[in-house]
Amino acid sequence: MTEPVPILQMRGIDKQFPGVKALDGVDFRLFPGEVHALMGENGAGKSTLIKVLTGVYDIDAGAIELEGRPVAFSGPLAAQQAGISTVYQEVNLCANLSVAENIFIGREPRRFGRLQWRVMRREAERILASLDLDLDVSASLSAYSLAVQQMVAIARAVQVDAKVLILDEPTSSLDAGEVERLFGVMRRLKEQGIAILFVSHFLDQIYEISDRMTVLRNGTLVGEYLTRDLPQVELVGKMIGRELAALESLEDRRAAAEQADAAAPLVEADGLGRPGAIEPFSLTVREGEVLGLAGLLGSGRTEVARLLFGADHAGSGTLRVGGVPVRLRTPRAAVRHKLAYCSEDRRAEGIIPELTVRENLILALQAARGWTRPIARRKQDELVERYIKALDIRPADPDRPIANLSGGNQQKVLLARWLILQPRLLILDEPTRGIDVGAKAEIQRLVVELSDGGTAVLFISAELEEVLRLSHKIAVLRDRRMVAELDNDEQLTTDALTETIASGGRS
Amino acid sequence: MTTLTGRLRIGGQTIPRKYVPVLVTAGLFVAMFAAGSVRYEAFGTGQVILNVFVDNAFLLVVAVGMTFVILTGGIDLSVGSVVALSTMLAAVLLRDGWPVVAVIGLVLVVGAVLGLGMGAIVHYFEIQPFIVTLAGMFLARGLCYTIATDSIPITDPSFTAFAQATIPLGGELWITPSVVAGLVVVVVAAYVLHYTRLGRNVYAIGGSEQSALLMGLPVARTKIAVYTISGFCSALGGLLLSFYMLSGYGLHAVGMELDAIAAVVIGGTLLTGGSGYLLGTVLGVLVLGLIQTIISFEGTLSSWWTKIFIGALLFVFILLQRLISARRTGARST
Repeated sequence: MTEPVPILQMRGIDKQFPGVKALDGVDFRLFPGEVHALMGENGAGKSTLIKVLTGVYDIDAGAIELEGRPVAFSGPLAAQQAGISTVYQEVNLCANLSVAENIFIGREPRRFGRLQWRVMRREAERILASLDLDLDVSASLSAYSLAVQQMVAIARAVQVDAKVLILDEPTSSLDAGEVERLFGVMRRLKEQGIAILFVSHFLDQIYEISDRMTVLRNGTLVGEYLTRDLPQVELVGKMIGRELAALESLEDRRAAAEQADAAAPLVEADGLGRPGAIEPFSLTVREGEVLGLAGLLGSGRTEVARLLFGADHAGSGTLRVGGVPVRLRTPRAAVRHKLAYCSEDRRAEGIIPELTVRENLILALQAARGWTRPIARRKQDELVERYIKALDIRPADPDRPIANLSGGNQQKVLLARWLILQPRLLILDEPTRGIDVGAKAEIQRLVVELSDGGTAVLFISAELEEVLRLSHKIAVLRDRRMVAELDNDEQLTTDALTETIASGGRS
Repeated sequence: MTTLTGRLRIGGQTIPRKYVPVLVTAGLFVAMFAAGSVRYEAFGTGQVILNVFVDNAFLLVVAVGMTFVILTGGIDLSVGSVVALSTMLAAVLLRDGWPVVAVIGLVLVVGAVLGLGMGAIVHYFEIQPFIVTLAGMFLARGLCYTIATDSIPITDPSFTAFAQATIPLGGELWITPSVVAGLVVVVVAAYVLHYTRLGRNVYAIGGSEQSALLMGLPVARTKIAVYTISGFCSALGGLLLSFYMLSGYGLHAVGMELDAIAAVVIGGTLLTGGSGYLLGTVLGVLVLGLIQTIISFEGTLSSWWTKIFIGALLFVFILLQRLISARRTGARST
């Protein structure tokens, strides 16, 4: 196969931040009509590379060439005008405007200053049709799901005659069907000769869609590979720079499944439900048991967690903690019963970005004690130091604002926040979403340790493999209904689990 | 962000949910008019509605400016004071013998410049519009009293002639030139909002300012423009009010900013921005005017009842908006 000419070429890119060399002599190239995955752990330099490319940052050394001509953009807008469009994880569109407007706003077709709505709608339909999307272009964008909104963002990006499309974690909040749709759109764009730079934490997705990948580690280039030549295990090895022993040692977890059955029930939900959110379900979590919750996005996983934690009021049913019936009116009440909940939305419902690691860490403990009994500084230091060490939170500086930490480390601080309270049941809602492989393995290992120590864990994750690896039992949700509860034995595979989700437990 | 979406089924027809608030206001207006016609003789005539326009042309113009600001998610508390300042400026300059055209031109420029200044402060210093326009409100009101502390009558012959002119519509119906001016403003504003980039950018900023910025829209220019438009509309409203009152006074239009906001909200525009129609604002003004008319027909009720009704209506409409948008939030999945 003859190699075509790259449309984009970056050579020897250096980028220095105060105290950190974010990029060190990184080369990157992109060919027309390919999906190129940019791989690396958090902090490897992926975002920096994208920001350098789109002109958010200046480069200290190196050269960027677009179609053979050297370029340096003053900002994302200039990059977009040159044909490099970016679609971010968060949809940056106006949901109150129509689909057509979101594609065209700022570049609407006009005649004598008057907007030509008809032309705009027709063009929007044409562009969407070229992406195999059939939408009502005059409906407001908010009428559509996040996934469709993301595709409208892509339509907007390619409408400007884009040659290069950067997709920065577009799939992190999509469910499987939506991801498939997005991939369909990406394949269409590929056929049209657009070069796509794709960033995702989901390895399976990378392998499904990408042709080529560039791996970064600690700001340096590890290498460029054709996806079909690089098996997953090797890729992960290259990304984290060590073998996957950590992950593999967890593989055989299932043998322990039987013994947990004997333990005393800790939390028993009987017919617990909330109209409109989740149909009544019954669930028992035993001491030292890891109960996985599997199901698609929007199937009611978070709703179950919120009911158990008292964050929402149950419309029906009873809840017993340690055999005693309780009514959890507020999360505070749940905390008094030694339940803890790490919410799915780390940024909005978890961290307080302006506060330091220390302050974030002791927040729950302080709340449980009440504000009249402040925790002595020495006690704080001791606790914070212990947990920073135990969870390997990096950088190990308790007085750094938590906003400056990577996603994985923020997640660890949140975990530590609840672990200080020594909960009997820890509810983890998507604890590993959007964090790198290394941190993921550490969090998984922590779940195992907690369970061995007698803490019950309710583990919610969209990644079935992860649920299978960690859980003793798995409850399956579908369409806001609990459809099955399965023992995690040798017969249970991701395929079987997927089948249960798809069939709704009818078999 | 709050948005109105989805469709509502009424009878066999489906209507986009975003039109519901405007339709509710329209229905309310019709119902009030029908009720008035049944209860009072001489109420059910076209002239009653036209009189609402005649008596509220200035409020209509001010509310149009306010609609622009609220659509971006902002607020303009200075409008009442700018109206008063405009009447004051007009009166004092006419007394000093300025030509009418020059007076009108200067008043409009002063209003627009005040709005421009507030818009620039709101945008470049990232200060809440509430505070900036509150300061503008005190400033403009105070400026009135540096001109004069008493009411200044307007006696300029061409000004008074224009103020007293009526335009017959045939069949006993008539309006004033002020009504024409108000309706022209409404039509121009509706065109701007719907058919120009400026108008669509106003909606986009109201939807999400952050997104608008990232989509490369001229956020700074648009935000400053809406406050300038509001200042201009206030000045024009002030001129219409001085036709109506034939005087300039620092105590004119006290609290008019709140009437304007009420009209916009009753017209179905979301205070958070991004959703609403100018037609709704027109209906909002009509509803407010009709309440006053009904109370004056009733004869025995104190005019304060107007405030009570407006207050009650506002509660109802805010709750209505909340219900419509809450249904969406409630349906959101994780």
